[in-house]
Amino acid sequence: MKALLEIDNVTLRFGGVVAVNKVSFSVEEGEVFALVGPNGAGKSTLFNLVSRFYDPVEGDIRFAGESILDRRPHEIARLGIARTFQNIELFEQATVLQNLLVGRHRHRQGSFAGQILFTPFVRKEERRHREAVEKVIDFLDLQPYREKYIAGLPYGVRKVVELGRALAIEPRLLLLDEPASGLSVEETQDVAFWIEDIRKQMGITVLMVEHDMHLVSSVSDRVLALADGKMLSLGTPQEVQNDPAVIEAYIGTSDEHERVVA
Amino acid sequence: MRMIFKTSYDADINLFRDREQGFWYMTLLVLSLILPFLLDTFWLGEITNVLIWAIAGMGLMILVGQTGQASLGHAAFLAVGCYANVLLQDPVGLPFILSFPLAGLIAGLAGMLIALPMTRLHGVYLAIGTLAIAILTEDLIVIAEPLTSGVMGLVAPTINIFGLEFDRYGTPGRFYWLVLAIAILMVLAYRNILRTPLGRSFAAIRDSEVSARAMGVNVAWTKAISFGISSTITGLAGALMGHFAGIFNNETFNIIISIQLLLMIVIGGLGSIHGAFFGAIIVALMPQTIAILRDTAGSVFGGGSVAIPGLESAIFGAILILFILFEPMGIYGRWVKIRTYFQLFPFYRRDMFRRQKSYLKTERMR
Repeated sequence: MKALLEIDNVTLRFGGVVAVNKVSFSVEEGEVFALVGPNGAGKSTLFNLVSRFYDPVEGDIRFAGESILDRRPHEIARLGIARTFQNIELFEQATVLQNLLVGRHRHRQGSFAGQILFTPFVRKEERRHREAVEKVIDFLDLQPYREKYIAGLPYGVRKVVELGRALAIEPRLLLLDEPASGLSVEETQDVAFWIEDIRKQMGITVLMVEHDMHLVSSVSDRVLALADGKMLSLGTPQEVQNDPAVIEAYIGTSDEHERVVA
Repeated sequence: MRMIFKTSYDADINLFRDREQGFWYMTLLVLSLILPFLLDTFWLGEITNVLIWAIAGMGLMILVGQTGQASLGHAAFLAVGCYANVLLQDPVGLPFILSFPLAGLIAGLAGMLIALPMTRLHGVYLAIGTLAIAILTEDLIVIAEPLTSGVMGLVAPTINIFGLEFDRYGTPGRFYWLVLAIAILMVLAYRNILRTPLGRSFAAIRDSEVSARAMGVNVAWTKAISFGISSTITGLAGALMGHFAGIFNNETFNIIISIQLLLMIVIGGLGSIHGAFFGAIIVALMPQTIAILRDTAGSVFGGGSVAIPGLESAIFGAILILFILFEPMGIYGRWVKIRTYFQLFPFYRRDMFRRQKSYLKTERMR
């Protein structure tokens, strides 16, 4: 096992607010790693740091041993890091098929002129991308929605399409930002199975933010609990759930009042 | 009711959905080809004008409808294309067959140069920025008088391709065919862009920049490419407009033309090639339609034909308001609804095209 993603002592401030405070952890190749914590703990901010939407003030982020801080946001997908968004960022005025095909962007070949002239090579490429996308459609059972526009799809399906779009990238590391939020019990169950398969069949490492502790403990190997941008506890789901510091962050303690006074 | 069973991926990649659709487009093509034998010179000229506007509309459509970037300055690229084409022919001495593509290239490069700083702006700021470009271009034409002869204007020479003359008045049929051929080439290029990664990255930027970035799309560069393609096509339309008008000056490409272009594609239907053509029919034929109606009304009610200043813009504005209120998807949107009604008969439902609103955009990033 070697570390695929290393977060090394990363700090990010927005003005006076310290969103992420000296966080260090590493995600091993082939594991499912979950980030948990109350709202505002800095989980999604960490995702956005890895996506290079934000620049850390301190620390280093390494992917497969190389620092990605000098990479620009659009180069991250090319490295093999795919992500989903907490509030679903799909291409609304496009069909499911087109959305998934955008996921193939990093695999595109063919020149600018070739595309405008639609050369036989470009057609061959299109078929290849379609084949890859069809695999994702089969995997996620999206067959009924191929031609549907996102704008008309229910929330649960959109969530799956976003997962599919990330898989179409054929990443090494998949960042899932609350994959089960807003989903029914059955749909959450599906997500759990898919995450298992993504790891086992496709060999993709998964880093996810999730509030559903049931899902977290059933699929993830290790869990990191954050609160107010700081690391609270790192370990197996069981260890983290029983850590007094984590329990305190979520529901507070009985002696909180006394400590504040003291 | 028909069902199309797709048996290969090519069914989604091909230009036409099925044989039937191909048949109808071929019929349209044949009809367009024999048009010079069916119409008199006046109406043929009007149809030529429609085609030129449609090319310009397709140019703007790539940017606004496909990539989602507003531009109120596309008259500038019409002007660049028009002046470049004529100047390359007259003082420089290139034949049309070279000056025309070069003019498009120059307009395209101008568009890309402007886009690189400009596309950092969003929404209304981008619209204002491009508006400024259009105003600047109008003034630049006047200032660069030695080259453009300022307000006096330039005269477009007769197009000559390998000894064949194409003139709007002398050989209207040939001129029409030339414009038609260019329009078809532009449609093909547009369609090809739509079915390749390039077109999909445009749509990605239109719908969500942050997620386009996460998919590996270089947003700034792709916007510049879109701007470049858009201004190239618009520049080519500008070159044709110059030859069509015969004589042109800074006024030919004023700010009203920019606005008219944008309104045209909105009325036609944003995001579709059809929309550019439908919009062009409205814009290019409306002045004539109003004139004819006025004459008819004058002869029926007496009083002769009185010209009412601003009537055209007023009617145009009214049409736009009605469309935005009742058919935001434009004429093409209405067309799709009618077509679907007949295709699905009798299963069409009224809310079939109603889009579900998503209210989860609270934490959107730019």
